[in-house]
Amino acid sequence: MSKARFSPTRSAFVHLALIAYTLVALFPVFLTIVNSFKNRNAIFREPMSLPTPSNFSLIGYETVLSQGNFLGYFQNSFIVTVASIALVLLFGAMAAFALSEYRFRGNTLMGLYLALGIMIPIRLGTVAILQGMVASGLVNTLTGLILVYTAQGLPLAVFILSEFMRTVSDDLKNAGRIDGLSEYAIFFRLVLPLVRPAMATVAVFTMIPIWNDLWFPLILAPGESTKTVTLGAQMFIGQFVINWNAVLSALSLAILPVLVLYVIFSRQLIRGITSGAVK
Amino acid sequence: MGSLQLNSIRKAFGSHEVLKGIDLEVEDGEFVIFVGPSGCGKSTLLRVIAGLEDASSGSVRIDGREVSVTPPAKRGIAMVFQSYALYPHLSVKDNMGLGLKQAGTEKAEIDARVAKASSMLSLDPYLARRPAELSGGQRQRVAIGRAIVREPKLFLFDEPLSNLDAALRVQTRLEIAGLHRRLKATMIYVTHDQVEAMTLADKIVVLNAGAIEQVGSPMDLYNRPANLFVAGFIGSPQMNFIPAERLGQSGAQGGTKTIGIRPEHISLSRESGEWKGKVIHVEHLGADTIVYLETETTGLLTVRLFGEHAHAPDDVVFATPDNASIHRFDADGKAIV
Repeated sequence: MSKARFSPTRSAFVHLALIAYTLVALFPVFLTIVNSFKNRNAIFREPMSLPTPSNFSLIGYETVLSQGNFLGYFQNSFIVTVASIALVLLFGAMAAFALSEYRFRGNTLMGLYLALGIMIPIRLGTVAILQGMVASGLVNTLTGLILVYTAQGLPLAVFILSEFMRTVSDDLKNAGRIDGLSEYAIFFRLVLPLVRPAMATVAVFTMIPIWNDLWFPLILAPGESTKTVTLGAQMFIGQFVINWNAVLSALSLAILPVLVLYVIFSRQLIRGITSGAVK
Repeated sequence: MGSLQLNSIRKAFGSHEVLKGIDLEVEDGEFVIFVGPSGCGKSTLLRVIAGLEDASSGSVRIDGREVSVTPPAKRGIAMVFQSYALYPHLSVKDNMGLGLKQAGTEKAEIDARVAKASSMLSLDPYLARRPAELSGGQRQRVAIGRAIVREPKLFLFDEPLSNLDAALRVQTRLEIAGLHRRLKATMIYVTHDQVEAMTLADKIVVLNAGAIEQVGSPMDLYNRPANLFVAGFIGSPQMNFIPAERLGQSGAQGGTKTIGIRPEHISLSRESGEWKGKVIHVEHLGADTIVYLETETTGLLTVRLFGEHAHAPDDVVFATPDNASIHRFDADGKAIV
């Protein structure tokens, strides 16, 4: 058994598969970034080639930075994403703690109800959400978007975190109770640090769909002051003409912040994935 | 320091009743051990005393004060857990001091008490370390230190030794016994290991299926078990039980249904004796020799001989019980005195 585990052929196959998957996953990103540095003719004539001195061009980036308010769009995306993650983690973890820690009538039912959102896409409720937002005057505000994304992220967060919180030792929580820690102190000071890897996992899974979303910004916050990056990039896509340089440059730029956030969480994420295996 | 009274404690999870009316009195300074097979409710009872579980009915009084609705931190108790339950992100010193800090004790006082406990448990070199940097035995000592620092009325131990290896278990057992002598505190200790129970306790409470079977000193339980369960649970190897009718006229007197005789109260002889039998298996332990026999009258019989004996399987031997040490039980399993 242990022999097979370290066999070079086996490990070569595993790596081959992983490399192949990495290539497939990175190819569109690569294509976007490479083409964002080429002039329009080169994008269409040789979409696969690297930029050469003759067809190198920064025209896309110039357009993006000069036209529209891209810095503002970035800021909007960033605020919405970070605020939503923070709220999802806070409320998700609290709900998960209650579900995993306390025995009360309807506990299982409540858990299922909160997890239901994983299976039912929130977009089915778009019309009702829009009506609600109009009624409460939250159209064209970042608050509206944050609320919707928090609701969207919560089911998965509650589901993952409650599973992880069940693994935190009861003795530890009880020791805290005997030492006089309040339930809030037990939650924030004992349990949260122990489920940090799971929190990072949830943060990454929550962050990417929010950052990439076009649907809700388009419907709930299309105003100039609340546009997000994905929505902002759409202004270069016309009905008849598409400014590919600008679209590709905008998308290349949009990758950066999310990459930074990912790097911040990834150290924790890797620990989360391996925590069961190493211990 | 602290006494404890339990008054018809009942605890049910849904329709399943775990504790079926426990009455118990613990005197100040006593070392009381709850012992019983797994699932007998001993840990649940400890948690009810600690306030980590609410009893479905009944009352808990610590030092004469009713505490059934008092939160754990205000009951004047400290608890040592099987899994140590140290705070992973705090140093040994902060682990021990947290309870006092929460209670608003002055820093100088906390430092003094932590220093005293750590020197008592020889933890001084480790005060700045995190729990992850300690061995199992050291972690358990920190957990005990955390309990001592609180200077509680009542120490509660929930199987504190079951995660330690055999050698360390003996050593820590000695430390706990020494600690009890020095602090003269009331201690309640839960274990499923009867050796721990016999060696540490002033008073053993034998629990089975949510009810108390017998309360008494270790030697009381050994010499005068109240019923079949206690007789079988205390003592290793287990007491031999022989259906009374098999023994004829000597057995059936006075409604006796079962005869119990401990393995160490049977002598073996190659020439003559009461029961003739054949040796099935022999275990040589050095200090003891355990012989398993199959006799015509009693069936399988375990005999414990002191010292080394040269019995071998298939030998024919005669077993004779020590008549003064025979236990008799009636049809309900109760001892007949």
